[in-house]
Amino acid sequence: MSVDIDTVKRVAKLAHIAVDDDRAAQLQHDLNAILGFVEQLNEVDVENVLPMTSAVDITARQRTDVVTDGNKADDIIANAPASEDNYFMVPKVLE
Amino acid sequence: MTELTSLTLAQAREKLVAKEITSVELTQSYLDAIAAANEELNAYISITGDQALAQAQKSDERLNSGNGGALEGIPLGIKDLFATRGVHTQAASHILDGFKPRYESTITQNLWDDGAVMLGKLNMDEFAMGSSNETSYYGPVKNPWQAEGSNQALVPGGSSGGSATAVAAHLCVAATATDTGGSIRQPAAFTGTVGIKPTYGRCSRWGVVAFASSLDQAGPITRDLRDSAILLKSMASLDLKDTTSVDMPVPDYESHIGKSVKGMKIGIPKEYRMDGMPEEIEALWQQGIEWYKDAGAEIVDISLPHTKYALPAYYIVAPAEASSNLARYDGVRYGLRVTGDDIKDMYEKTRAEGFGDEVIRRILIGTYVLSSGYYDAYYLRAQKVRTLIKQDFDKAYADGIDAILTPATPSSAFAIGDKEMAADPVKMFLNDIFTVTVNMAGLPAISVPAGLDSKGLPMGLQLIGKPFMEEELFQLSNVIEQAAGSFEAKKWW
Repeated sequence: MSVDIDTVKRVAKLAHIAVDDDRAAQLQHDLNAILGFVEQLNEVDVENVLPMTSAVDITARQRTDVVTDGNKADDIIANAPASEDNYFMVPKVLE
Repeated sequence: MTELTSLTLAQAREKLVAKEITSVELTQSYLDAIAAANEELNAYISITGDQALAQAQKSDERLNSGNGGALEGIPLGIKDLFATRGVHTQAASHILDGFKPRYESTITQNLWDDGAVMLGKLNMDEFAMGSSNETSYYGPVKNPWQAEGSNQALVPGGSSGGSATAVAAHLCVAATATDTGGSIRQPAAFTGTVGIKPTYGRCSRWGVVAFASSLDQAGPITRDLRDSAILLKSMASLDLKDTTSVDMPVPDYESHIGKSVKGMKIGIPKEYRMDGMPEEIEALWQQGIEWYKDAGAEIVDISLPHTKYALPAYYIVAPAEASSNLARYDGVRYGLRVTGDDIKDMYEKTRAEGFGDEVIRRILIGTYVLSSGYYDAYYLRAQKVRTLIKQDFDKAYADGIDAILTPATPSSAFAIGDKEMAADPVKMFLNDIFTVTVNMAGLPAISVPAGLDSKGLPMGLQLIGKPFMEEELFQLSNVIEQAAGSFEAKKWW
């Protein structure tokens, strides 16, 4: 399967990455090389094979449902490019 | 290189405990070595000298009072993927500009609890995506090894290229690293160092910047096997903050080095004999087989029929998980923000400028294979193939194989700026052809230096073990280390 330039632009939109036409063309070339490479998986008979969900046989641990962390708003916004009163600041979303 | 920086971890530990040297002296020697070499090699992207000396001073106090931990006073380099409180943590990416976490990764906390000293943060491929350390925002790392009679700069491998170069060039005693498809073992093989990727779940992933969560696993890069055993013991732990971290005792790996391997069964998988593989790699592999025969191990030909599908399946699973993990970098909570006309424009511009080419390629592949209508054809199929790859290994181990011997890489180190690899992203992927199966199956594997090729560059052999049997890998790789000896790059930097 290969992708056309419109698909590349649509996927970039889904991934929230701005691409101009030149970049989209380069990415189309690269993506098609990778998709061509992974095509060989179609040779494999996967009938009745279960998809892997965990590489190692482990059962998920359970714990009591209690608060174990929190009250660290200062730490959480410490690295924000813009913040005010412990809120992350972003460009206006609603008019 | 001063005498102090020539000591292995085990040797330095002994001298520190015996008070023949102090941690401050040892740490200062490394800081001097870094200051002299880093401009050339570019292994460190942040050097924490003052902090290192303060830690070293405290270590000396503890050593003086006889309260030293297992790594007391040992100066380490830390891959930039590990969160270190108040210190540069950017996964070598532009998008995490200025990020200084308010928390510490579990692994590095384990190291500091055992008394280790941090020299700084090590260069790597951006978000650990790459096999040559050329995708770093901070520029490529140079391998301390050069071909005989040449001064062409070679890659140290990747993604843990800074870790491998720093260890091989004696810019730290040992280093932390991570391995998603070969990122510990391939750079170790390219630099004549020892690298182990433990079983998935052995080392906590908490506080390690996520690339592909079902494949990522941290481990050490060291100058020899004993150092690897010592450092892995400190890194590994049960961590309730990582649900995939296992609740199993951490063995004393060091005590398994030197145990006899007589009667142990070493599997040789025929599928790892690749077309176009250099004869020298083939010969090295054969040499490894002879060493094991001489040590009394039994050599058994085995088949891992789905081997060739591991790399294509990886290039679906890893980008898919990466596209999800990297969705968090949007210019809102940390790192780079590029202003835009509205919030969506800000996201798109921030991510376009913040991520490098390789990362963008992988995010887009991942987004595509997970997008509506393609999930079954790509991601689901790849996860099924992954089950088959794991079953190949399960069967070999059920048949009584103790470990599997393969080459670590299909070649020795190549030049920085290799044109063929730059033109075709798939060419670069092929570096991981022998290592990636192990991540897909969650198994432990170690790369051990085994010889030099005709250009005088190091090559490694890989041993793949049973789940959570890292101690057997230490026991078995000792055969290679004893037979092959150790390899030092000639200093040119």
